[in-house]
Amino acid sequence: MSNTEWPLWEIFIRSKAGLDHKHVGSLHASDAQMAIEMARDVYTRRQEGISIWAVESLHIHASNPDDAAAFFDPMNDKVYRHPTFYDLPDELTHM
Amino acid sequence: MNSNLLNYVLQLADNGLIYGHRLSEWCGHGPILEVDMALSNIALDSIGAARSFYQYAASIEGNGKTEDSYPYLREVTDFKNALILELPNGGFADTIARSFFFDAFQFHFYTALCHSTDKQIAGIAEKSLKEVTYHLRFSSEWVIRLGDGTEESKQKIQAAIENIWTYPGELFEPSVEEKALMLEGIAPDITLLKSSWNDTVARTLEEATLQFPMSKADAWHHSGGKKGIHTEYLGFILAEMQHLQRVYPGCEW
Repeated sequence: MSNTEWPLWEIFIRSKAGLDHKHVGSLHASDAQMAIEMARDVYTRRQEGISIWAVESLHIHASNPDDAAAFFDPMNDKVYRHPTFYDLPDELTHM
Repeated sequence: MNSNLLNYVLQLADNGLIYGHRLSEWCGHGPILEVDMALSNIALDSIGAARSFYQYAASIEGNGKTEDSYPYLREVTDFKNALILELPNGGFADTIARSFFFDAFQFHFYTALCHSTDKQIAGIAEKSLKEVTYHLRFSSEWVIRLGDGTEESKQKIQAAIENIWTYPGELFEPSVEEKALMLEGIAPDITLLKSSWNDTVARTLEEATLQFPMSKADAWHHSGGKKGIHTEYLGFILAEMQHLQRVYPGCEW
């Protein structure tokens, strides 16, 4: 059965000019054109966007949740990586 | 009151309502979720355009009429929709064949209707044309996908096209009331749209590697919808659509 399913696509919508495309969900479609048309019907019915990207899900490579401890935890005690950690001289404006 | 105009506006409204109603029957039954939503969206577009025309009809007729008076409280013989729209949905290919033929008509018709000398009608047509352009794209794409798909899908869409071929002809037959409005520039001359419709249909069928039912191109076709002479199917649609308002007049929820 699984080999008769259409491929899965990830859908990204840009809500207005100047903003980034944001991931909104996924859907099944036989090719890119159908994916975009279906995304129009499924994800832009309430004026959510002005541009659609469709990316076949198999092209997305993800980090492994099992690596989360090594990947992300070491960052939680490194406050000096945030700009707010530093005191700025008063003369410095527009920051 | 301009009774020709009222008749014509109701004809446009009834086409939208009955087409939208048939497509709405797919809601929850589509072959896949995304197509289910697409058909429901198109149904809503179509019923939305119908509402605008019914509201205009109510303002023409006055006499306490509202947009609800027409869909809920008229008899079968008062409806003026084309017969092709009331036919049962059949399978997915049958629905797509009907949608494709009607959407192609609507596209050329609304393009012409934008130039109506009646500002209200022209305004509704202009708004709806954007929607209709997408409807035609959707149904054309599916004709191509089914036609140029598997052997089974090709056979189904070809059969669906042959089966419904005797219905679109009615769309190009003006009623008596319509002919009068054509002289005033309110209604476009639909007999002139036939050749552009033929071109649109032929182009898509060719891309879909399907046979244009050429031998039957000018064959006899069904008609009567504009005069209120309907198939048995419309009665069942109205029975379902109207029973609540008939049993509990004026009920709201």
